[in-house]
This record gives sequence, C-alpha cells and structure tokens, in this order.
Amino acid sequence: MIDVVKSLFLLSGAGFMLMAAVGVLRMPDLLTRMHATTKAATLGVALIMVAVSLHFAEVAVVARAFGVIVFLLMTAPVAAHVIGRAGYFVGSKLWSGTVKDELRPNYDPLTHELKSGLETEANATRETRDTDTP
Amino acid sequence: MDIVIVITLAVMSVSLCLAFIRLVLGPSLPDRVVALELFSTLIVGIIGVVAIMTDVASFIDVTIVMALMAFLAAIGFARFLERGGPRDD
Repeated sequence: MIDVVKSLFLLSGAGFMLMAAVGVLRMPDLLTRMHATTKAATLGVALIMVAVSLHFAEVAVVARAFGVIVFLLMTAPVAAHVIGRAGYFVGSKLWSGTVKDELRPNYDPLTHELKSGLETEANATRETRDTDTP
Repeated sequence: MDIVIVITLAVMSVSLCLAFIRLVLGPSLPDRVVALELFSTLIVGIIGVVAIMTDVASFIDVTIVMALMAFLAAIGFARFLERGGPRDD
C-alpha cells in the first residue's frame, strides 16, 4: 500500500519536473521561462521529498526532508525575483505578445530611477541637503 | 517499486537534457542562469530518488547542501548581472 502511494508521489514529482524542463525549453522569454521553472520544479522536489519521507519513515529523515521542502519554498521565489529583476535591468527582451509592462513608462534605465506615478512638481525634484554625504 | 524508480530517473534525465539544451541555446546570460537553477533543482530531486533507491538516508543531507548552493549561486549571478560586470553572452 505504502509502495503505491510512494510510487504515485515519485511519478508525479518527476512529471512536474519534466513539465518544468519542457517549459524552460519552449517558453518565449525570460520571465515566462522563470514562471515555468520556479513553480513546477519546486513542486516536483516537494513531492519527491514526501516520497522520501514515506520511504524511510524515521523522525530524523522526515524532519530533514521537510526542511528541504521549506527551504526550497522560501528560497525559490527570492531567487526568481532577484534573477528577474537583474534580467529586466540588463535589458532582456520581453515576448512580443506581452500585454502589460508596468515598469516601462515609469522606469528610466539610464539613471536607474523608478517613478511612482504620483509625483507632483514639488516632490519630483530631489534637492541635496546638508546631511547628505557628498 | 524498482521499475518506478527507473522510470522516475529516466524522466528526470530527459528533463536534465532539455534544460541543458536551453543552457546551450539561451540567448542571454539570465536565461542561462535560469537553466542552471533548474539544473540544480532537478539534481536535488535526483539525489532524493537515489536515496530511496540505495536506502541510504544520509543523501538527504546532500540535498540540503545542494539546495543551499543553488540559492547562493543564483543570488551571486544576479548581483553580478546588476553590477554590470563584463559579460559575453
């Protein structure tokens, strides 16, 4: 019985990983590729770690396996955010079918400044003060 | 059970090959970094399956270290890209 459950977890985990790999190969630009890999691969690893903890069924192994799952769930979004941000700043092209790019009107790639869209004449200019270090 | 493990390892190897194709093709450096991160995630899964196959629980420690290394590598690459170091896509 437990073998059947374990096999199901293993096969579905491998299936999600295959989906992530197909996504990273087939998707058209950087952000959609990250959309495929970050979520599907993390879910695949989580399913396989559940299978591992079912296989060993010891407290120490189960704790470590769930530690891996929690660690991946915490770090995968952070890594994806950082890489996506760097990719946008580096200037990787977006897909031609992209519907909305909210950064484009507000972000200035030359000065690396981002406007909020709520600026008035008064707060748009930034004046140096005495407390600023030169 | 053995046949399931073999199928799982085969599917994951195919996934590694697909990620490697993207690593070679990848038009820009961030694409390659994404492919490398998928690589490390896949390797974490493969080590988990190998732990089941060989019945050695110590491999789980290896997966923890692998996940940590992948995260640090991703952060390092992103810092490098944002600082604008010399690159050759």
